[in-house]
Amino acid sequence: MDLLELSLGALRSHRLRSALSMVGIAIGIAAVLLLTSIGEGTRRYILTQFTQFGTNILAVNPGKTDTLGIPGVLGGTTHKLTLEDAEAMRRVAGVDKVVAVAMGQARVEAGQRGRSVPLFGVTPEMPEVWKFRVRQGSFLPAGDLRRGAPVTVLGPTLKRELFGSENALGKFVRAAGFRLRVVGVIEPKGQMLGYDIDDCAYVPVATAMRMFNLDELIEIDVLFHHERLADSVARGITRRLTQRHGGREDFTVTTQTAMLETFGNIMDVITLAVGGIAAISLLVGAIGILTLMWIAVGERTGEIGLLRALGASASQVHRLFLAEAAVLAGLGGVVGLVAGLGLAALLRAAVAGLPVYTPLEYVLAALVVSVCTGLLAGVLPARRAARLHPIEALRAE
Amino acid sequence: MIRLEAISRTFVVGTEPVHALRGLSEHVRPGEYVAIMGPSGSGKSTLLHIIGCLDRPTAGVYRLDGETVSELDETALTAIRREKIGFVFQSYHLVGRLDAAGNVELPMVFAGVPRGERRSRAAAALEGVGMAGRTRHRPHQLSGGERQRVAIARATVMRPAILLADEPTGNLDSAAGQQVMAVLRRMNAEGLTLVVVTHDPDVAREAERVVVLKDGRVGRRLTGSELPASGSGK
Repeated sequence: MDLLELSLGALRSHRLRSALSMVGIAIGIAAVLLLTSIGEGTRRYILTQFTQFGTNILAVNPGKTDTLGIPGVLGGTTHKLTLEDAEAMRRVAGVDKVVAVAMGQARVEAGQRGRSVPLFGVTPEMPEVWKFRVRQGSFLPAGDLRRGAPVTVLGPTLKRELFGSENALGKFVRAAGFRLRVVGVIEPKGQMLGYDIDDCAYVPVATAMRMFNLDELIEIDVLFHHERLADSVARGITRRLTQRHGGREDFTVTTQTAMLETFGNIMDVITLAVGGIAAISLLVGAIGILTLMWIAVGERTGEIGLLRALGASASQVHRLFLAEAAVLAGLGGVVGLVAGLGLAALLRAAVAGLPVYTPLEYVLAALVVSVCTGLLAGVLPARRAARLHPIEALRAE
Repeated sequence: MIRLEAISRTFVVGTEPVHALRGLSEHVRPGEYVAIMGPSGSGKSTLLHIIGCLDRPTAGVYRLDGETVSELDETALTAIRREKIGFVFQSYHLVGRLDAAGNVELPMVFAGVPRGERRSRAAAALEGVGMAGRTRHRPHQLSGGERQRVAIARATVMRPAILLADEPTGNLDSAAGQQVMAVLRRMNAEGLTLVVVTHDPDVAREAERVVVLKDGRVGRRLTGSELPASGSGK
């Protein structure tokens, strides 16, 4: 630690150039920190967007997109996803609730006002599966799925647009030639990837299929008892559905966890790539320190000889210069850290909605990386200093 | 204490071998004051470096306190420099960014002496060379004689057995030189073995023995009082 004090003293005696080479590292650390923070922020933002539906959920869509992308391209019949398929899934082990989804776009009108929104045909278990809550009234009534009662539940944005602050319960709306009675209003859920998911209406799935003249579902969502069951439930559903579709796996099962994992991996790669590009500036900073230390060894050859004559070992001289480089880079790292965090805060304030998030590990990693950078940059100069022959070093002065 | 037997030291300059020392033998007893004289290129500095374990002989045997130093590795030589030997140079070799006390503390830093002890020992050493009032001065604020006394304090703060001085008065006027020599003489009287390389016969005359080198060997051995009164020491 006393050697460290000597190193600090040497740096202090050349304040300007020490500061300048510190700036190099500071810029590198700030850039890496800022860009990885944006990457991490984006990842977290998108993850929370998806996990608002829960993680113990999987989706079944028609067509096998994993293999060819186009269903039925090899010939033969491609079976459609039907309400019967959805019913069959209920009996797979581990399955808790099932939502069959059909969808169409229609103009929904009430009195003089109207608005074109997506209409989702769903089954009554939808609120539990999609984590929606009903604010007013109730959700779609349970009962025979095939009957299709003429009722609807409105998203809060649509309700506000059609009825303002008036009570909508019991009123009627018109859509696609159907007259639907409003039985409930959903609680606001907000945005999903910038898309207002409150601006829509829900009707019984059979009603939607009749309104839009559909004979298939676009999706079946399955809620299972626990996140850990994801794989076994996915296998069970695949087996059951393949059997129902005459031995063909003409559908795709996507578990939320698998999707989040894939997505997380993609984001990790992007963050790494962006961080890597920023790390180039860190490398430039490291070369700055290497250069400075190399020159310093040349300038202080006489001093090195003296230290050896006074009984400093080669390894002590080595450590002295290594410590100097590490302190230089470490201080640069601290400056870069403060600058990076400051810029991140500034960005957050200036660009509303830009997701910037700096985990504590990044902060600690930035410090460790800067010190290690210094140590690496110091290796060559320190070795040069340690290898000087004491007498030749003394003669240099 | 110092036993040099047939020491040779050959440097290679370009492709030419240069024989700085050619089979030199010399003994120094504990507490002695020996001056080394001789013309430029006669091997004085090389001899001093070998005695100080900064350099090794190409041939011959060097024993220090019974230990065969010429066989030791660099780590062991470093330990000897740290524990047993103090160096004083013509150009002082003080570290400019450190004050007097900081310079004197240097060898103790490498020896791992704790800070508190370092402070008090440095203060005592500076007081011993009459620099008690200048401990916070940086080298550029000190005169040449003062700088050399700081250097002596630094060379002796580890309480070495031997002090090696290479032209200690070479950059000083005679008054400052005498002050420096007075300090060295007193330390010698207290038991420190002193080996001084010098051109100055006035400095050499104070020594018990004078070894005059010629072409890498001992040319003459004299006592200090046998030297001519002035001038032609070279």
